[in-house]
Amino acid sequence: MTLTADEFERIKVILGREPNEAELAMYSVMWSEHCSYKSSRIHLKNLPSHGPHVLVGPGEGAGVIRVDDIAVAIRLESHNHPSFVEPVQGAATGIGGVVRDVLSMGARPIALLDPLRFGPLPTEGRVEPEVAERNRFLVEGVVSGISSYGNCLGIPTVGGEVTFEDCYSGNPLVNVMCIGVASIDAIRSATAEGPGNKVLLLGSKTGRDGIGGVSVLASATFDEAAADKRPSVQVGDPFTEKLLIEACLEMMQAGLAVGVQDLGGAGLCCATSETAAKASTGMNIDLDQVPRREPNMQPFELLTSESQERMLVIVAPANVGAALAICEKWELNASVIGEVTDTGQLVVTQNGMVVADVPAASLGDGPLYDRPATKPAWIDVLQDEDVTSHPPTEMGKALLELISSPNIASKHWVWEQYDHQVMLGTVVKPGVDAAVLRLPGAKSRLAVTTDANARFCFLDPYLGAKHCVAEAYRNISALGATPVAITNCLNFGSPEREEVMWQFIEAVKAIGEACLVLGTPVTGGNVSFYNETGTTAIYPTPVIGMVGVLAEGIEPRPMGFMNEGDVVVCIGHTEAELGGSEYARTLLGKVAGRIPALDLGLEVARADVVRAAIAKGILSSCHDISEGGLAVALVEACVFAGKGATIHPENHLAAHEWLFSETASRYLVSLKEKDLDALGEVEMTVLGKVEGDTLVIEGILEVTVDELAGCYRDAFAKAMGYHAR
Amino acid sequence: MTKRVAVIVFPGSNCEQDAVLALRYLGADPHYVFHRDTNLAGFDAVVVPGGFSYGDYLRTGAIAAFSPVMESIRDFAVTGGPVVGICNGFQILCEAGLLPGALRRNAGLKFRCLPVDIRVETNETPFTRMSVQGDVLEVPINHFEGNYYCDKGTLQQLEDEDRIVFRYVNNPNGALADIAGIVSAGRNVLGMMPHPERAVDPAVGGTDGQVIFSSMLAGSLA
Repeated sequence: MTLTADEFERIKVILGREPNEAELAMYSVMWSEHCSYKSSRIHLKNLPSHGPHVLVGPGEGAGVIRVDDIAVAIRLESHNHPSFVEPVQGAATGIGGVVRDVLSMGARPIALLDPLRFGPLPTEGRVEPEVAERNRFLVEGVVSGISSYGNCLGIPTVGGEVTFEDCYSGNPLVNVMCIGVASIDAIRSATAEGPGNKVLLLGSKTGRDGIGGVSVLASATFDEAAADKRPSVQVGDPFTEKLLIEACLEMMQAGLAVGVQDLGGAGLCCATSETAAKASTGMNIDLDQVPRREPNMQPFELLTSESQERMLVIVAPANVGAALAICEKWELNASVIGEVTDTGQLVVTQNGMVVADVPAASLGDGPLYDRPATKPAWIDVLQDEDVTSHPPTEMGKALLELISSPNIASKHWVWEQYDHQVMLGTVVKPGVDAAVLRLPGAKSRLAVTTDANARFCFLDPYLGAKHCVAEAYRNISALGATPVAITNCLNFGSPEREEVMWQFIEAVKAIGEACLVLGTPVTGGNVSFYNETGTTAIYPTPVIGMVGVLAEGIEPRPMGFMNEGDVVVCIGHTEAELGGSEYARTLLGKVAGRIPALDLGLEVARADVVRAAIAKGILSSCHDISEGGLAVALVEACVFAGKGATIHPENHLAAHEWLFSETASRYLVSLKEKDLDALGEVEMTVLGKVEGDTLVIEGILEVTVDELAGCYRDAFAKAMGYHAR
Repeated sequence: MTKRVAVIVFPGSNCEQDAVLALRYLGADPHYVFHRDTNLAGFDAVVVPGGFSYGDYLRTGAIAAFSPVMESIRDFAVTGGPVVGICNGFQILCEAGLLPGALRRNAGLKFRCLPVDIRVETNETPFTRMSVQGDVLEVPINHFEGNYYCDKGTLQQLEDEDRIVFRYVNNPNGALADIAGIVSAGRNVLGMMPHPERAVDPAVGGTDGQVIFSSMLAGSLA
């Protein structure tokens, strides 16, 4: 348990006495960093959260936006520490949690995205072999956990990322985003209104798994004894989760549920106190009515257990029979465990004895810290390092090496293990800039992506975090959609270290500014601190989950070259900006340099041009230029449909700078030459033509599309130790 | 006349909505039938959709095979009514003894979700009558246990009786004799691992799966 002496004193003031064991456990989990956001709240409150599309902003189970006449719920969560301790179950239960968050808003979950970050794989030779082998084991386990859990739920996994940096060896990041849909009037807040209403607990029995997970795992750093924390990881049962989804939606549609709340971090204690606090009510809970997996569970265990696949539903007394009948239909455990009161107190009894009696609202009203922050000394040193004056001796070989990097290579080995098609809504499938989904009940479609460039954020948290938002914006725009909102998952090291706190403050400030300019308000988010093992923190990794609206009648274009003879155009202008690039990392072994500049006004202006061109139907292909620069974008465009291109180099830069710089706000498009003028006023360069079966960059490199495709498609499976299929 | 199709729902089914969407797209009149219901009167065809009935616990399809509705499906099949089991539906039909053989874990021990080519081996079934033998259809697979297996005698019988309906062009899961789909001795019960309902609406996955449902909806087995 992780309360400080000050926090303990505060509890004594609230209660007017010393807390007993159960109460102490309740405050300990509820006031943990994970549940209380005690180090981050004062910074997050400045994020812009209003906009024409926003129906429900931060503070609820999920953010909700309006698309046409329906509601779309979005939520991004982390399950980093459980996944490091036990990758299969950690990743699986992460999905379970975010799905229940969306469900608690009254929405049916319709898509998942999984942004994942790991330490380097064995083939990269970047870290000790045993460390790399463990990284490989984690990738295998996390992907398999997502596959087994998400697929069973019948929710398509349509996107995400898999990236590798040395810093994640001791602390991988497993984030998961869920999208849900509902009619607007079906959206609800998870509240326990109406004294006299009954409190139902649905789903799995409560066991000793995950006790104190939020404080033991999520709010502490790792040391050598990480394996000892395995009992704090929960075990997932996707079948029960699927039944919960169906039963809860059926209850909500039948008008039987006053409020619905999932049991996630801090379990029953959190769900009961939060729902009561939101409605300014109280609640009496009888622990004897909680179905359990094993005998002799103590009150603090029942209250803080994080056993998965459980939901709390508030039901009027007259509707209890009908609600239980729905549970019986779905063969789901359900029991009445208590009643809403008007006392404001959360009163918990066992064997007829009161075991806890605390003001419900006080559990959620945790301490607030303004922690000190200091700019790390190494930032200036790294920024001054030279990453440009080392051109590769052979450019073709360098390109092949780059596209074989697990960061760049195709991740089909990953997403082919995910059901990305169920629900028949996936219009644009994984493997491209963003996914596009049909929305039941709407004519517009939803574009969705997750993005973070952690190397940029490491070298410059402020500018880097702006890039994260801008790149997500570019991903969505490349499909012809208009970004409308974000959610986020802010993964950082320990907030108790001033350098980490500085990174956090810089990143949050930048996200707020970028979202304001780009017109994408923040609908919610998650903060995951303490991502470090020993004294090594991860790179600051603010993962942005962005959604955009693709209006009816606009057809997204593929990212690859489709038509022989089309001209190839780079929209935007390439600068010598190799700092923080994939080139510097993979070919020079350096994470250093000054990261690219970013002009958000230009970002919007060029995206407007791209969207207009897609709406006019004049583009044959469209792809955003990001990791690996123009060269990688060209490879991906060639490999996509097996078409070559002849490209004339621009000569304002050295070849490697021109090819591999990760200058912002650029797109690679192809179109008929006669339509060039219709693109309108925008800075662009005609690079060449789609033709033949070879990527020819005149005077620099020539590689057949077959060879490029072989590297690009097979490298990841090979790095994972599998022979290419 | 619009065909009424029963789409069976077990706890854990998750492709029932997709089957309904696909059938509606093709002009049929699909209805969900919960696994505890036993009344299939008035239906022209039955679809046992994919998913993870009972969480795949014990064995894929093993628990659903004992659901009340399975007796009704058996009766429906005995009278010649067309029944198609897709993915988990195929596994359930095998467990229930309506089709021979079993589906084992994929040879690569990985879940696989991707479009595959399957070849129509016979058009003498209610599900392929509108296609041509040798046609290649692109239909997605989505399974961990799709590796068809049966004993030698059964395989011989399936071959002799022209009951192998689809074979993979490039076997994705190690299935015996590249088998992707088979029919019962009466030819009116089809089990297949690929998901034709995912290849009906051109907006999301092509149209090669249409022929299977269209054939089924075109009339009763003569």
